[in-house]
Amino acid sequence: MRHILAVLVENNPGVLTRVAGLFSRRGYNIDSLTVGRTESLNISRMTIVVEGDDLVLEQVTKQLHKLIDVIKINDITSEQYVDRELVLIKVGADPVIRGEILQIVDIFRARIVDIGRRTLIIECTGDEGKINAVIESLKPFGIKELVRTGKVAMLRGQKFTSISETKEDE
Amino acid sequence: MKMTAAQALIRCLAEQGVDVVFGYPGGNILPVYDAMCESSGIKHILVRHEQGAVHAADGYARVTGRVGVCIATSGPGATNLVTGIANAYMDSIPLVVITGQVPTTMVGTDAFQEVDITGITIPITKHNYLVKDASKIPLIIKRAFYIASTGRPGPVLIDLPKNVLQEKISCSNPSDLKLLGYKPNYKGHKSQIAMACDLIMKAKQPVIYAGGGVIASNGSDILYNLAERISTPVACTLMGLGGFPGCHPLSLGMLGLHGTRYANMAIMESDVLIALGVRFDDRVAVDFSSFAPKAKIIHVDIDPAEIGKNVKVNVPIVGDVKLVMEAMLVRLEEKKEEQWLAQIEAWKSEYPLKYEPSTELKPQFIIEMIREITDGEAVIVTDVGQHQMWAAQYYRAKKPRTFITSGGLGTMGYGLPAAIGAQIGDPGRDVILITGDGSFQMCMQEFGTAVEQGLPVKVIILNNKSLGMVRQLQEFYCDKRYTATIFQKNPDFVKFAGVYDSLGLRVSEPGQLRSALEQALKVKEPVIIDCIINQDENVYPMVLAGQPLSQPVDR
Ligand SMILES: Cc1ncc(C[n+]2csc(CCOP(=O)(O)OP(=O)(O)O)c2C)c(N)n1
Repeated sequence: MRHILAVLVENNPGVLTRVAGLFSRRGYNIDSLTVGRTESLNISRMTIVVEGDDLVLEQVTKQLHKLIDVIKINDITSEQYVDRELVLIKVGADPVIRGEILQIVDIFRARIVDIGRRTLIIECTGDEGKINAVIESLKPFGIKELVRTGKVAMLRGQKFTSISETKEDE
Repeated sequence: MKMTAAQALIRCLAEQGVDVVFGYPGGNILPVYDAMCESSGIKHILVRHEQGAVHAADGYARVTGRVGVCIATSGPGATNLVTGIANAYMDSIPLVVITGQVPTTMVGTDAFQEVDITGITIPITKHNYLVKDASKIPLIIKRAFYIASTGRPGPVLIDLPKNVLQEKISCSNPSDLKLLGYKPNYKGHKSQIAMACDLIMKAKQPVIYAGGGVIASNGSDILYNLAERISTPVACTLMGLGGFPGCHPLSLGMLGLHGTRYANMAIMESDVLIALGVRFDDRVAVDFSSFAPKAKIIHVDIDPAEIGKNVKVNVPIVGDVKLVMEAMLVRLEEKKEEQWLAQIEAWKSEYPLKYEPSTELKPQFIIEMIREITDGEAVIVTDVGQHQMWAAQYYRAKKPRTFITSGGLGTMGYGLPAAIGAQIGDPGRDVILITGDGSFQMCMQEFGTAVEQGLPVKVIILNNKSLGMVRQLQEFYCDKRYTATIFQKNPDFVKFAGVYDSLGLRVSEPGQLRSALEQALKVKEPVIIDCIINQDENVYPMVLAGQPLSQPVDR
């Protein structure tokens, strides 16, 4: 089963290496890992999508916790959450077929962010399903280049994965 | 007051109560050495190889329970520490390891003697730091000692670029120790403890399985009370030896691959297994799926990640082993399962540890003699191999922190430097190294350190002219093809002692042993005793691959 972990880490140099190294060293499978700043200056947040059964997940979580730089881990898989991914797709787009591509872009509420002589760059955000669908629809036109960010996720409503919440826990 | 960061470092070490460091100098760590001569109170032990420094710091830490400190220069100095850091990490030994680094302006340029030691040691340290801001040194030192010595102890490395060491800083005492992501849990969950006690009170065939955590938490006395209160036999892991007196009627000795048969049988028949500060290592469990098949397992450990890692447990308790045992003692009433204890006694007399009495010098006899002469009051340090297992089986360690051995990593060469650290940590005790001719040759350069420092370490070499433990594996698993395990040429270890103007003795018959040991123990200097033993001697019992724990080969 795939799990989504929201992981708060101290923003120290090397923290990404520590986390990524832990996964490879212990043979856990990462589907995707994103990292970026948060509302607090010294804290970053990683969203890690990891494949494994409950036993594996328990170990992943416990081993992550052993890293001094890891502050908090939430497995949000079974919670209500919003998740988003961003993709940039460069498609072959001769003038004759541009109309068709524009329609697809419209349907997915994506955007054209660059127009070249024979190519377009399309930007799209959404959950994984939507991103997969947009990619499938554009395939027939010839995808020249594609880059995805991996997932970021946040709990809905009154639940938090943040450091202020960590303090309340204690 | 302004001072160089190197001077601040020394001052911070002193504030942490450090009075001895083990090290080896070099260019990039030079500012630290320069600052050391001005310092009062910190003694530097110059080793002969950086591996010696880190193992010595490790031996010191094991004997004293304090944080061991070692220092090396950048590049090759730092990489020479790697084995010792891994060794300490595997056995949860608190160390602070300090390395020099090329100046920050050169970091990342493949400069002379540059190596990414923080990168290299991520998997084998509890935490590490590359210090780029000199003013942070006091805080980082404080945190390093805190991290190394609390929770599940382990090594912490601090990498210090030369220019950072030379900067002037004001050495304030940092008050803010807070680490957002590090809060070890010591207490143990009340209701879990209650549940464990219920299980124990109902148990008909309970066994205690005690490991290094008992010693690390200074919980040996409490374990003693606990075992007696509930009249439950205690099997120790290699790391747990000394955590419970080996000669106590409830002692089952060591369990596992080369454990006593009765310890392993007790484990396999137990209905409640009380696992204290252990990690169900593969050398203990041998086969995870068939380990203690009838038992409900109570597992107490400070490291949550160890619980449920290898074996499913029924009552997990995360906490300091000593504190949890104390909480258990409040609830547990006296009990005694006569039938079970009678069964244990029967196994003990049916399957004792044994070796054929002989006119030849037997390794097991040597260990028994050491135990007899020292009355179990010495600090025994071992290397890795057959001699280590014989020492574990026959010494029957009596007290915590008196049986020092490389458990998790099994590092040949650990023994001599660890014995040096142990002797410095506990100057009042006899420190006896039990080593093999293979292991000894891996770090024998440190004999010079022992002589120079006037440390009366006694080196007992069980000399079988071979890498005995591997030779034994080849006997069982490779149809006796002894590839690369027999030494064609060994040095004369007696002469080797002589080279350092030290006493060397050779023992080749049982009758010579007692007087040699007594003579050596009288000398207040290092002594080597080269004991010539048979090459085909094996460690028994031995659980063969795929066989149940309770059915070892017993010659
Ligand atoms: C650094 C290192 N290299 C290799 C090994 C594998 N190994 C385990 S025991 C052993 C033989 C040890 O020989 P010796 O020290 O003479 O002890 P003996 O088994 O003969 O008592 C070897 C090579 C090891 N444990 N450590």
